[in-house]
Amino acid sequence: MNAPDPKTLNDVEQIKARSRHLRGTIADGLVDPLTGAIAPDDNAVLKFHGSYQQDDRDLREERRRQKLEPAYQFMIRVRLPGGECTPAQWLALDDIAGAHANGTLRLTTRQTFQFHGIRKPHFKPAMQAIHAAGLDTIAACGDVNRNVLASANPYRSPLHAAAGALARAVSEHLLPRTNAYAEIWLDAPAVDPGTEVEPVYGPLYLPRKFKIGIAVPPDNDVDVYAQDLSFIAVEDGGQLVGWNVLVGGGMGMTHGEKATYPRLADVLGFCTPEQALAVAEQVVCVQRDFGDRTNRRHARLKYTIDDRGVDWFKAELENRLGFALAPARPFAFERNTDAFGWHEGPDGRWHYTLFVENGRVADRGARRLRTGLREIARVHRGLFALTNNQNVTIAGVEAARRAAIATLIDEYGLEREASRLRQNAMACVAMPSCALAMAESERYLPDLITRLDGVIDACGLADTPITLRMTGCPNGCARPYIAEIGLVGKAPGKYNLYLGAGFHGQRLGKLYRENIGEDAIVEALTPLLERYASERQADEHFGDFLVRAGVVPAVAAGRQFHD
Amino acid sequence: MNAPITAAHLPLTDAQAERLRTLVGELSPAQLLWVSGYLAAHAQHGGDVPATPAATAAGALTVLYGSQSGNGAKLARRLAELAQARGLAVTLTSTADYKPVRLRDERTLALIVSTHGEGEPPDSARELHEYLHGRKAPRLESLRYAVLALGDSSYQFYCQTGKDFDAAFEKQGAQRLFERVDCDIDYDDAAAAWMEQLLGRVGSAPAVRATPALTPVGGGMQYDKRNPYQAEVLENIVLNGRGSDKETRHIELAVPGLSYTPGDALGVLAQNDPRLVDELLSVLDLSAEAPVSVGGVTLPLAQALTGHLEITALTRPFLAGWAALAGADRLTALLADGNEAALRAFLDGRQIIDVVQEFALPGLEADAFVGLLRRLPPRLYSLASSLAASPDEAHVTVAAVRYHSHGRARAGVASTWLADRVQPGDTVPVFIEANENFRLPADPQVPAIMIGPGTGVAPFRAFLQEREVQGATGQNWLFFGDRHFHTDFLYQTDWQGWLKDGLLTRMDVAFSRDQARKVYVQDRLRERGGELYAWLQSGAHVYVCGDATAMAADVHAALRDIVAAEGGLGAEAAEEYLRELARTRRYQRDIY
Ligand code: SRM
Ligand SMILES: Cc1cc2nc3c(=O)[nH]c(=O)nc-3n(C[C@H](O)[C@H](O)[C@H](O)COP(=O)(O)OP(=O)(O)OC[C@H]3O[C@@H](n4cnc5c(N)ncnc54)[C@H](O)[C@@H]3O)c2cc1C
Ligand SMILES: Cc1cc2nc3c(=O)[nH]c(=O)nc-3n(C[C@H](O)[C@H](O)[C@H](O)COP(=O)(O)O)c2cc1C
Ligand code: SF4
Repeated sequence: MNAPDPKTLNDVEQIKARSRHLRGTIADGLVDPLTGAIAPDDNAVLKFHGSYQQDDRDLREERRRQKLEPAYQFMIRVRLPGGECTPAQWLALDDIAGAHANGTLRLTTRQTFQFHGIRKPHFKPAMQAIHAAGLDTIAACGDVNRNVLASANPYRSPLHAAAGALARAVSEHLLPRTNAYAEIWLDAPAVDPGTEVEPVYGPLYLPRKFKIGIAVPPDNDVDVYAQDLSFIAVEDGGQLVGWNVLVGGGMGMTHGEKATYPRLADVLGFCTPEQALAVAEQVVCVQRDFGDRTNRRHARLKYTIDDRGVDWFKAELENRLGFALAPARPFAFERNTDAFGWHEGPDGRWHYTLFVENGRVADRGARRLRTGLREIARVHRGLFALTNNQNVTIAGVEAARRAAIATLIDEYGLEREASRLRQNAMACVAMPSCALAMAESERYLPDLITRLDGVIDACGLADTPITLRMTGCPNGCARPYIAEIGLVGKAPGKYNLYLGAGFHGQRLGKLYRENIGEDAIVEALTPLLERYASERQADEHFGDFLVRAGVVPAVAAGRQFHD
Repeated sequence: MNAPITAAHLPLTDAQAERLRTLVGELSPAQLLWVSGYLAAHAQHGGDVPATPAATAAGALTVLYGSQSGNGAKLARRLAELAQARGLAVTLTSTADYKPVRLRDERTLALIVSTHGEGEPPDSARELHEYLHGRKAPRLESLRYAVLALGDSSYQFYCQTGKDFDAAFEKQGAQRLFERVDCDIDYDDAAAAWMEQLLGRVGSAPAVRATPALTPVGGGMQYDKRNPYQAEVLENIVLNGRGSDKETRHIELAVPGLSYTPGDALGVLAQNDPRLVDELLSVLDLSAEAPVSVGGVTLPLAQALTGHLEITALTRPFLAGWAALAGADRLTALLADGNEAALRAFLDGRQIIDVVQEFALPGLEADAFVGLLRRLPPRLYSLASSLAASPDEAHVTVAAVRYHSHGRARAGVASTWLADRVQPGDTVPVFIEANENFRLPADPQVPAIMIGPGTGVAPFRAFLQEREVQGATGQNWLFFGDRHFHTDFLYQTDWQGWLKDGLLTRMDVAFSRDQARKVYVQDRLRERGGELYAWLQSGAHVYVCGDATAMAADVHAALRDIVAAEGGLGAEAAEEYLRELARTRRYQRDIY
């Protein structure tokens, strides 16, 4: 094992080491009246509490001239394993958005809620209100296991229910045990950090973020290939018999640094339902001990595995588990997108999946998403199930109550005429809140799609599903490298265009055009869509076609992404 | 002022006198001042002032880096280590912590800077970039420099920021040590070569003795309200962030011909709003061109009303004069003895325009109207800068006065002239109003407590700038207040910078409208009574600046109560304590 040499630890590791189990000086920073920020080092610690310090980048330049500090604000991310919440919780979160945040809720690509624009005086009250709603934000960000994903909507089948249950169990099991969260946010009595033990993580936690997802085929809505660890439900006659285990996926990279790349997860084997928790814990522990703590850009599990090999990883894992994984069972995915509208579940209850463009729940013109969902939450008796594609399912509606919900959907204009391209697209948050954004994403993609819709319609492809994902920087928060059309921000108004990824996320895209603006994007895509419309084979997806036609080569592995 | 130059009273030949005459004739007052200083320095140093001041002793190098994602920072650290290893005295600074005015004092500068956005500087270097490209860019004749530009050639504006700086330095007269190097993403080798070249040059520079100062000697010309200085506006920005209900301006003026001391105020000769002048002319049915006499000079009426006469504030003499001319009985009655309360009520919120509208006076002569008006008085603004830190500049902090009364929107003459109608590039007639009663402790070790809510904080910016340049070691404690933290924290980043580097020992703030219960600076004073008294006992000076109507009295009462409570004194003894402080010039106020 690598005993980290304290001298070579990167800055964040040093901060973690000094943080007294994630306390840092956050509590002092919260009451510093001279700044809307917290201390710089505490930013790294704050993430473990499910929050980021940000600033309104639209105002940055203006305020600098005004000799005002940046408009500091905090983003809060809720921990919501499997994406489920009750109507009462929805209402509580909506209240928080109005009272403390910017009046919107943001559904994320990892099935949870984010609040944006929380100013420091509102920070602790917002955290307390989240707690009062029976939720928390522990480990929603930071170098720990993050929100655990599950194929959306537990009512859909027993397998979905099992996926949700495993998501919750894994999330709970891998929670940090420090009392810091309770002390800082909930005014709990202080515990001596010297007496605290982190049984899974140890004092430095993980070298980097860690992500787990649980999928139920044929839906790959959790994008198993993009997760550090994922489980794929294996059934027999509708009953869960176990899980295929995948490791080493991840999206993030840095422009111009070829040592960083997106990578798809490898299939490792199969485990029984009883073994799943142990597998999750030991995968985390191997990464804890072998992940690179000197260089954060090389610290994810995907690099640990590429550096040492999958076989090494499997052996190390099995050694720790004390048992071998069985050979993986066959599985087949069809899509990673959501099925919108009404669907009936096996128990006779109904589910309505609502398209929320880029996950932003806000009232805009006649489409009053926020108010409408609020009104639905007042009468709904089932659950809200957030999807991994930034949408929400109003789940578990008794047949008799379906009409009432449908009326509200109409009344608030929630069902939106949107092209298939738009419905299947995702954009990350980016400007103005994301500190790392190099280009617009959430605020811009809707306009670009309007232009692309024209091309798609002209090609007669309006009914063909094509996945399109945009991010404001190469970190890949909307998993763009596994969308058939991936757009990754490089500078204001400029994007890299990636093509040829697999329709259900099973193959990486390839860089096709670098650093291009809107006109060039449309110009690049138009002839390809035209060719696809005329030359495609039956049921052939756009990404597959581009590879077959030789427009882009198939990317066999993450390491070849930049070749 | 233009004393004739004749050979009779100058030790010059006719030809020399002629050349001097020609030169003097061409020079502006500011240039004259500079030349006088330059010549004096020349005389003192035996005529050995180099035309291009050369670098200071070899071995001093400033490594300045502007970096967003850390590449440049890393390289700068490496360079600093290499330079140190060769025995050079190195100062390593990020543009984030670098005050642009420091450039004037640099001799040898290595700049490492990346490009971001689309050809833009890293965030931390924006201020310096803007400074060097703006009207305040200093001459840099005594600077030698080298630039390492980081970039990515896949961008359209490759290494643009490095190019910008290189060109700007050159333009300002600095001497390039060797050609700039532009580095792509794989910058290591190119950067290493650049460092070698740099260290080769810097290490071998010949030692040159320090050059004499070229700053003018003596106070120079006297400006006053009769003879104001025409100051160019360099900057005019709103300090309040979006969403504020206040408008406080920060205005920077170029005043190379003026000299002042922190604590002084700037007198501003403003212009009335031409729309108000038009309205008056139309109500009075007078011609804009009608000649009138003001202080013995004849001018067109509109010009007199705009630039010379007060046409807003309603005074008792005006009212009396108007009542007589208009035969307005109601006005006459108001002016009668015993009706003071009614008069006050009438005056409240009214201005000249209200009276001339309400009590019409047809056929009034222009001269008769002008005869009722007084000269437009200058407005004073506390100087918010120190010449030591901002050479040749005067900064002021101006709250725009706007309100509604009697159905009209009203605007303060000077403050809204500055806010609405004065732009960078315009000139503003100004003068210095010295205030010997608002001065930093003469002893730089003496602590200072500064209490300045709202625009009252202005002189404390000047104080701190001054103390920073002086290297004063006395502790400084600032109390500030306004409405909202988020938008109204005037000069927030200045204070934060000084807190970070320790010049400002502590700061307490009171934002009155951020919570249900209003809090003001006096509340903060009371909360800190113990420490405040300890500071006083240790010899601290107390300064109060700003609103005279309420704040000054409330602060005074708070100070008295603190002295009473902490010193175990009765109210009268506490008052005497403060009086004694005032007598010994340790309690000074600048209130308005
Ligand atoms: C909200 C969300 C995007 C969205 O539009 O929904 C998001 C938003 C941010 N991500 Fe992400 N990420 C989100 C899913 C992802 C995903 C997708 C996934 O996990 O399936 C990825 C790619 C998978 C992966 O991890 O490789 C992702 C890869 C990153 C990275 C790159 C990590 C890497 O190893 O390279 C960063 C930057 C970092 O960690 O240094 C990042 C950082 C960020 C931050 C926190 C920016 C920061 O570090 O300052 C963004 C906050 C923006 C804002 O203002 O809200 N985010 N981020 C998603 C929230 C997920 C959640 O609820 O937990
Ligand atoms: C030594 C000194 C230092 C100063 N320093 C500063 C400084 O640093 N910053 C600064 O902003 N000012 C400062 N002032 C005040 C400044 O000189 C001016 O008085 C101020 O800017 C207003 O001038 P004005 O010409 O804009 O308004 P004016 O045209 O003079 O109008 C102001 C008048 O309008 C009336 N008025 C204002 N508000 C209302 C209302 N709500 N309802 C009814 N009537 C109202 C009052 O009669 C008030 O006197 C200072 C004053 C002094 C004496
Ligand atoms: C959002 C973004 C925009 C960039 N824009 C430019 C550019 O316009 N021109 C250029 O030459 N380099 C550009 N670059 C490249 C950087 O200058 C380069 O990565 C450099 O090494 C960064 O140095 P630093 O880490 O010190 O900031 C850009 C980089 C980023 C991340
Ligand atoms: S992809 Fe980049 S820009 Fe978009 S949210 Fe993630 S970190 Fe921010």
